Amino acid sequence: MKIAIVPRLKPSRLIFWFGPVLAVLATMIVGTLVFAALGINGLKAVETIFLEPVLNPQRWQDLGVKAAPMLIIACGLAYGFRANVWNIGAEGQYIAGAIAGTGVALLADGSLPGSPLPLMCFAGVLGGMAWAALPALLRTRFRVNEILVTLMLTYVAIQLLFYLTRGPWRDPNGFNFPQTRLFEAAESLPIVVPGTVIHLGVPLALVIALVMWIVMQRTTVGFAGRTVGLAPHAALYGGFRNDRVVWFSLMLSGGLAGLAGIFEAAGPFGQLTPQFGVGYGFAAIIVAFLGRLNPLGIVLGALVLAISIVGGEIAQTRLGVPNAAIGVFQAMMLFFLLAVDVFVSNRLVFERDENA
Amino acid sequence: MSADILIAIFVTVITASTPVLIAGLGALVVEKSGVLNLGVEGMMLIGAVTGFAMAATTGSPTLGFIAAIVAGAAASMVFAVLTLTLAANQVATGLALTIFGTGLSALAGKGFVGRTVDASIRIFPDVLALHPLGRLIFSHHPMVYLSLVLTVGVAWFLSRSRAGLILRAVGESADAAHSIGYNVIAIRYLAVAFGGAMAGLGGACFSLMLTPMWSEKLTAGRGWIALALVVFASWRPGRLLAGAYLFGLVMTLELHAKAAGFGLIAPEVLAMMPYLATILVLTIISMRPGSAYSAAPACLGKPFRPPV
Amino acid sequence: MAGQKQKKKDAAPRIALKGICRSFPGIVANDDVTMSVAPGEIHALVGENGAGKSTLVKMLYGVLKPDAGQIYWDGEPVTIDSPKTARYLGIGMVFQHFSLFEAMTVLENIALGLDEPVPRRRLESRIRDILHTYNLPLDPRRAVHTLSAGERQRIEIVRALLLRPKLLIMDEPTSVLTPQEIEHLFKTLRRISEEGCSILYISHKLEEVKRLCDSATILRAGRKVAKCNPGKTSARKLAEMMIGSELKDVARQATAPSRKREVRLSVEGLSLAPSSLFGTPLAEIAFSVQAGEIFGIAGIAGNGQNELFAALSGERPCAPGVIRIGGISAGDKSPSSRRALGLCALPEERNGHAAVPSFTLWENLVLTGRRTLALTSAGLIRRRRARRFSGEVISRFDVRTTGVDAEASSLSGGNLQKFVLGREIAQNPRILVVAQPTWGVDAGAAVTVRQAIADLAAAGTAIVLISQDLDELLLLADTVAVINQGRLTEMGPAATVSVERIGMLMGGIHGEPAVVTPA
Repeated sequence: MKIAIVPRLKPSRLIFWFGPVLAVLATMIVGTLVFAALGINGLKAVETIFLEPVLNPQRWQDLGVKAAPMLIIACGLAYGFRANVWNIGAEGQYIAGAIAGTGVALLADGSLPGSPLPLMCFAGVLGGMAWAALPALLRTRFRVNEILVTLMLTYVAIQLLFYLTRGPWRDPNGFNFPQTRLFEAAESLPIVVPGTVIHLGVPLALVIALVMWIVMQRTTVGFAGRTVGLAPHAALYGGFRNDRVVWFSLMLSGGLAGLAGIFEAAGPFGQLTPQFGVGYGFAAIIVAFLGRLNPLGIVLGALVLAISIVGGEIAQTRLGVPNAAIGVFQAMMLFFLLAVDVFVSNRLVFERDENA
Repeated sequence: MSADILIAIFVTVITASTPVLIAGLGALVVEKSGVLNLGVEGMMLIGAVTGFAMAATTGSPTLGFIAAIVAGAAASMVFAVLTLTLAANQVATGLALTIFGTGLSALAGKGFVGRTVDASIRIFPDVLALHPLGRLIFSHHPMVYLSLVLTVGVAWFLSRSRAGLILRAVGESADAAHSIGYNVIAIRYLAVAFGGAMAGLGGACFSLMLTPMWSEKLTAGRGWIALALVVFASWRPGRLLAGAYLFGLVMTLELHAKAAGFGLIAPEVLAMMPYLATILVLTIISMRPGSAYSAAPACLGKPFRPPV
Repeated sequence: MAGQKQKKKDAAPRIALKGICRSFPGIVANDDVTMSVAPGEIHALVGENGAGKSTLVKMLYGVLKPDAGQIYWDGEPVTIDSPKTARYLGIGMVFQHFSLFEAMTVLENIALGLDEPVPRRRLESRIRDILHTYNLPLDPRRAVHTLSAGERQRIEIVRALLLRPKLLIMDEPTSVLTPQEIEHLFKTLRRISEEGCSILYISHKLEEVKRLCDSATILRAGRKVAKCNPGKTSARKLAEMMIGSELKDVARQATAPSRKREVRLSVEGLSLAPSSLFGTPLAEIAFSVQAGEIFGIAGIAGNGQNELFAALSGERPCAPGVIRIGGISAGDKSPSSRRALGLCALPEERNGHAAVPSFTLWENLVLTGRRTLALTSAGLIRRRRARRFSGEVISRFDVRTTGVDAEASSLSGGNLQKFVLGREIAQNPRILVVAQPTWGVDAGAAVTVRQAIADLAAAGTAIVLISQDLDELLLLADTVAVINQGRLTEMGPAATVSVERIGMLMGGIHGEPAVVTPA
């Protein structure tokens, strides 16, 4: 008996949409075993990480707040991934956006007539775009691989964040802690559900997902991106310029990452600290894949990752599960998803051996 | 500047370059077979923590290096199964491997943070290093010599050996290689395993030679820099060596600038240098007419599934 | 012939197939095929595109495994599980799409085809022996990407001959050769067969089969339909057995004379760097095409056709004045702007160039028709309109498919070609540039495609037809030109040019001698 993978006549819709569910289930099962191997009560840990945040209504607001930045970033990344533009440095653009937005707040320092918030958000978008512009320029002009450049720039952004928070932007009244001053109320994202931590960025993230769904599925721009990704030669023939799609992908994903960055700084963080980069930019890559590079799917994908993050925090305080375990879980989800994905357009067959 | 200082800088440069060189050699072989594994950073971290843990438990750095090789190769097999057997997207799988390696190494290394090991190994007697010239040649860590041997070995393998010819053929056209009877998948498995082993060893060079200690994200993006150097080197081992040493020089200058107390330049700005230098170097190499990418193996990153 | 004499001497055929079956998802490529080849015989395997010839020979060479059936070698049942086994038995193969490595030298390519390592020096002298014996001009040290198609084929022939094969399989060997190179190849093959080696010759070109082969097995839709002596069977009869029905002729209607004078497309001094590392640069190409004229460009693949197509379609812009569409400078215009000016183009490669394989048919209509057919408004795609237009193309050009939502990759070559050609015709082009329109297309669809091109010209469209198929060019074209190494030579009206002269030009007058007399 031999197992072989053969192409399906038609891609399986069932596996396409249930693949992510299978991947999460497989992660839970393997996760249980991994924890058991580390000497932790695996079943309890997995239950705490994956079920507790869902079953406990008090955690729901946390889910929204954690999901929002990943949702915003992943929507931008998804367009690029479909177009074969691999921006894996969203983390850097996220930090750059936060820096730019914060810069506006610190520079204006209450001197603006109205609320500085719109300007901060605008600066955040521009900051993220600026951080993504260099890879776009280098890829379109000199064919430099954007994977490496976006990633290198993430390390640069982190150092820039360190420099600013420790140096010029350090809060003079902050007891020498490396952090900027806290944002004023006018500089912060308003809370939309009183009594919770749900800020304006959460509903806006859903709006962004909806808009991005229309852009990707219904517009010429979305069509151009998909064509460039699936068949670059056909795209050229059809009159879509590869370079434009590269620029659009990187500006879109960079801008959205920057927006997520300033939302986070002006929202839950309330200031910039060296620990600002918590990895949403990397997690968003997994979110984009879990969501099938489709903004509506990404809403669910962001929720799953938010569950794992919130659950991970609970498990850390309650069971002493190291925080790093969550990264392992997230990567496992992506592994399993990529494995399951193969069976969207292929199936397993069991061949009998040659009978002569 | 006296000869002594120059020699000291030279030794530092070579040592600092070694992990990147070793990991880069592995990535080069993998890419020559037509596979793009972006998981180098993750495999380096897994190698670094495994090597350190083994050395800390057994007291033998040699065993540590061997364990790192095994761990790196094992991690690469996850990638191989997904991208070679299942023909999954290589970019996404490589990224997942890096995220996985980052998390797993942090998880496994929790108990080893802050511990030290005696990792000093010398292969030549110290007396040889008394004279400055002797120091230039005989004072290095064994891994430095090994990396040079590996460079020559990989160069010979690719350009002179029949196995290397077959490996290049698979990277040049998987379909053609398959149709004349080569087992493309098996050959790529071997290449990926070699790449994993080298990444693991490169990682262990961090935790057992450079620092020597373990902390989270110890390799700080060196795996990515190794991948960039392969492009810079136009997939040639000799140029990879030159690129790695150039990179080592930038790193060393950063350290020396810090030590010399350049008050004008913030340490954070200096810390950006290796990454900015990498971008610069990638750009320069791509600007040349008939750019570096034309030297890329023709099948690089393309999934291959043999017809059944 | 020598082959037939030996056939009587040996009882067992060199290779025999009994009841070979092989299917792929969705299609049965070979169904119960039984055939045999005698020692020293040149045996043709005939069938149209998609009849299952390539699948069958891949099983003989161990690249694919049969689902059922048995192969006999010199009378003994064998299992050929890999090309290595095939070579061990004495089977050599020359692939249709050459199994060569572009960036490597001839020598390295040949070394890769041997199962035992041979020292470089010895290998080179053995190669030179074979080149000399069979009078094959080839430099072992050259890199493959610098070689012509004919030279590349010689690499594969040498690679096969080095193993002293007892059966040589040639898969569509003449599709990339000039008439003179074909002559030379036939001499070589006859010589090889006289030495006792059997040859399995796969082709759909019946004249060649009649000239070269001792016997023929005809495949249709994966099944063996007949075995015959091609020398004693008429080409018409062979064609009918191959296709299973009578072939319709393409009717070429004359264009109304009043329309003829207007120049629709003119190209002047078109030079272009190669599009890929292994491409061909274009040098000073000039021609013009009038309304209702079919301008045929002959040439062997890889002589700049891809670059020329890209320059005409707008995929690679050039200086504005170099290309004029209806008098308007368009050299720097994008494919979309050229479509707006009335120039539509259809490339050779359907999957991934003319169409996105994983897109539905209606999405593939949007690919080129979005402006000309007004399929978008305010940046949004008008899906309903696109689906309706696609349906019209499907019914007008008799595209066999499940509907507008079928993925392009699910269509056969012929049906996809009918769809993409129909898509371009639906845009009412004033100029149509079309490359290799019947490449890999079944005979029925080929007739439909050629008829559609002829009708379009009759209606007044200026057509540039780039094709390797000389018969097709001479059938359709009003004017013929030849492209060789990026240079275009105009030959004049199709009625007045000789095939020999076209062949000479296709091979390049200045290059190696196209005809080599045996030593």
